[in-house]
Amino acid sequence: MKSLKELQEIRDRMKNKVSLREGTNEIRIVVGMATCGIAAGARPVLNAFVEQVNELGLSDTVTVTQTGCIGMCRNEPIVEVFQGDKERVTYVKMTAQKAERVVREHIKGGKPVVEYTIGAMEN
Amino acid sequence: MKELSLNILDIAQNSIKAEASLVEIYIDEANAWLTLIIKDNGYGMSEAFLREVCDPFSTTRTTRKVGLGIPLLKLAAEQTGGTLSITSVTAEADKEHCGTTVRATFFEGHLDFTPLGDVVSTVVMLLLGSPDVDFVFRHTTDKGVVELDTRQMREILGDEVPLNDPSVLEWAKESLMDQYNSTR
Repeated sequence: MKSLKELQEIRDRMKNKVSLREGTNEIRIVVGMATCGIAAGARPVLNAFVEQVNELGLSDTVTVTQTGCIGMCRNEPIVEVFQGDKERVTYVKMTAQKAERVVREHIKGGKPVVEYTIGAMEN
Repeated sequence: MKELSLNILDIAQNSIKAEASLVEIYIDEANAWLTLIIKDNGYGMSEAFLREVCDPFSTTRTTRKVGLGIPLLKLAAEQTGGTLSITSVTAEADKEHCGTTVRATFFEGHLDFTPLGDVVSTVVMLLLGSPDVDFVFRHTTDKGVVELDTRQMREILGDEVPLNDPSVLEWAKESLMDQYNSTR
């Protein structure tokens, strides 16, 4: 059984860790989590982003957060990626599998997965 | 919604939007009935809004004129023979005791009962999205109790470690899963 003592250990470990969050190149992954997003399957997508970012050791420079309704409910789950001055990338109709690929190729590799973007879908 | 746990995630977002500092989620299962209570200390809803909140054409969102959160939960409850009720006290009426309580009951034996689903993910995603809000989660069945109280976690973690730190989220997830495994 997980004990509160383990939580104490997490705290002690974190204390010694220098914060790297100051970087200007920070990436923000935002998942739409209003009723529309949740009903369309946003929770496993969000879950996949969190797990994959951790697995690839990117959590110091990448933040995964949630937002409300982005206003294009038919395209949910929608995920937006913001990075510094770069243009935002909007992914639509996401799944957990697609999320894993986006983390590998876009977040880590620097190349957006064009076929999942809203631009590709509307053409 | 495919799982009740998704309705819970959705309704809890309303509490967060109402600037609640504490959101309590209780699931009680006894005699084939499931009672879900989501209680917050946010700024509440006016009587007028409360009257129309089950109408899909009333919403607080600005991107659409439709709000489906409460209507979907109401449907999920009523299609099993259960009920949904909401009580609310606005901040203007009583600043000390304001908040909203949503209570829904479900008959688990009904064919149209929506399974609870992955409630652990719901709790973890709430911590991830709103690390500054406190959450109490308690799921009671005849086999035992599964619970998580972020106030307790915060006491140990102090101010330096946020609740949405990956290692803390992992701890919360494993803690809940362990408890579920031992009450099975």
